[in-house]
Amino acid sequence: MTFHTFCFFAFALVSILAALGVISFRHPVHAALSLVLTFFSTACLWLLAEAEFLAIALVLVYVGAVMVLFLFVVMMLDVDKVPAREGFVKSAPFGILIALVMLAEILLLIGVRTIGMDLPPNPAAAAGGSNVMWIARALFSDYLLPFEIAALILTVGVIAAIPLTLRHRTNVKAQNPSRQVTVQRDDRVRLVKMAAESPRSRTP
Amino acid sequence: MIASIGLGHYLTIAAILFCIAVAGIFINRKNIITLLMCIELMLLAVNTNFIAFSRWNADPAGQVFVFFVLTVAAAEAAIGLAILVVLFRNRATIDVTDVDTLKG
Repeated sequence: MTFHTFCFFAFALVSILAALGVISFRHPVHAALSLVLTFFSTACLWLLAEAEFLAIALVLVYVGAVMVLFLFVVMMLDVDKVPAREGFVKSAPFGILIALVMLAEILLLIGVRTIGMDLPPNPAAAAGGSNVMWIARALFSDYLLPFEIAALILTVGVIAAIPLTLRHRTNVKAQNPSRQVTVQRDDRVRLVKMAAESPRSRTP
Repeated sequence: MIASIGLGHYLTIAAILFCIAVAGIFINRKNIITLLMCIELMLLAVNTNFIAFSRWNADPAGQVFVFFVLTVAAAEAAIGLAILVVLFRNRATIDVTDVDTLKG
């Protein structure tokens, strides 16, 4: 067993145990942290497959952004008061049975078709470049339009999340700049005509 | 003794992760946060498959597709969590079975 093989099995074991933790921890914060560990171990597996760019992107995007967002929401929602996991015992055996049958079928297929299929040498290194260069050549030539559309999807996601969570409160005193700049003199000042005070009326 | 890591190893890991995620969706049918996390786990398994086959076929298209999956999953998580926050603000619960206003 080489060191590479040993690392693969170690990362795979950690990844599977952490994934089991995601679905079995009762507290959502523990589940989210366990998912972070799953992502990190899987990123290590991707590094072993020499997909360096995606492994780093997984750590940066998922562990750094998406899972932190998850943790924010979990802590913000105060789910300790929510009685979670009531239907655990009722539907657990059926779900586990379905998943085990699915796993057995997939493993049968994989075992039949991929016995002795070792991974070929790294195609990026064979082409005389790094993994990033290898992906970038495809991404910025053949897949330029999907790349732009992906940027558009992210923009739509940002803009859609803001009005969803925006809250209009009615009993708040705030300035309205639009009304402030369009105000006229007549809205503020009213000139009243009245008789002047005469000095004679003051004398007793 | 296993000589070296092949295609089947990566596919096996991906299959195990995917089935764990499916079992998680069946087990935690009530908690929306755990359901979202199980969906992320499924996407991770699928991405692992893409990377293994990309390496096997020496085709960068698989890894480019993983890039797009990551992008869309990030947008999906942002909007899904925003909807979750709005749901919790309006109903004070994140239980799936409590969100049955549309049920006839």
